[in-house]
Amino acid sequence: MELVMRIIVGFFRFWYDFIVGDAWEIAAGVAVVLVAGVYLTRRALLPGTLLPYLVGGLVVLVLTGSVLREFRKKIHS
Amino acid sequence: MLNAAGITLITTVFIASAVEAVEAFTIVLAMGLTRSWRAAIVGTVAAVIVLAALTAGVGVALTHFVSRELLQFIIGALLLVFGLQWLRKAVLRSSGLKAFHDEEKAFQEEQELARRASHETHLGLDWFAFVVSFKGVLLEGLEVVFIVITFGLRAAQETPGALVYASVGALLAVVLVTVVGAIVRHPLSAVPENTMKYAVGLMLSTFGVFWSVEGLGFFRTGGEGLGWPGGEWALPAVLAGWLVITRLLVTVLRVSVARHQRRALPAAVSEAGGGN
Repeated sequence: MELVMRIIVGFFRFWYDFIVGDAWEIAAGVAVVLVAGVYLTRRALLPGTLLPYLVGGLVVLVLTGSVLREFRKKIHS
Repeated sequence: MLNAAGITLITTVFIASAVEAVEAFTIVLAMGLTRSWRAAIVGTVAAVIVLAALTAGVGVALTHFVSRELLQFIIGALLLVFGLQWLRKAVLRSSGLKAFHDEEKAFQEEQELARRASHETHLGLDWFAFVVSFKGVLLEGLEVVFIVITFGLRAAQETPGALVYASVGALLAVVLVTVVGAIVRHPLSAVPENTMKYAVGLMLSTFGVFWSVEGLGFFRTGGEGLGWPGGEWALPAVLAGWLVITRLLVTVLRVSVARHQRRALPAAVSEAGGGN
């Protein structure tokens, strides 16, 4: 039983490290942006021509936020 | 006949694969020189077989069971996550907030670990050298497999045989790194890995945002893909956008780091003086 648990935990940890890595805010940010995109598309709340600009702008914010977070961490350490 | 998309595909996969192959080569070389060449080579070959099986299996499964728009959305989302992570590291490295990846240092660390590890033999192989080589090649190769599958499958919707082109691009890079590495028998620290990673980050982020937006169309009534203004011509514009944004971030961070250092230095000096 303990071995099975270790294998399951190891499996999920491996995929977490592989996809999320050391910047969880990037994976979380992209997920939030795309979920918002799906919501807006399903409800047709925004013209399709504006979606590329909105998603593009938001993912730039995700990258900027993650980089600034690391900058603040280094400055305070 | 190869079109522009096919050439971009092969180039991106080639660069990404070369970067990962250089890192995997360092690990295998350290194991081979310090422990056992036989175990290191068997570990490498075993990992390559697993990676090839994974590429074929996942590639076939995805093309058969997932619709075109949904596949585009999933591929775009994953590429975006990977691409932004590569770009983040490149920006932090260029602005002095993160150390550059040093192949020579990584090689010395691997050798030190190999010297200290116990000597166990299983199936006639030095088990430590086998496991480390297998894991090293598998982990570095997994990212290549991911790029080959995502780029290859998406491009296959317009360019038949794109998955094969992508695999050829990856294979060429691995063969080149292996041949050069076998000749010099030294870590390939002269390869501009950090610049190459930045280039791959730009490409992954560009295609990631492009395809994830197109894939959003799956969630519309009718499920038709969304279009970008200008169609495929939006790709160079998105790429240029990422280039400008990352260079801007690097400039702003460099200035901020320098300003912080100028402020921190007098404070540290006066603190040291106060302590006397």
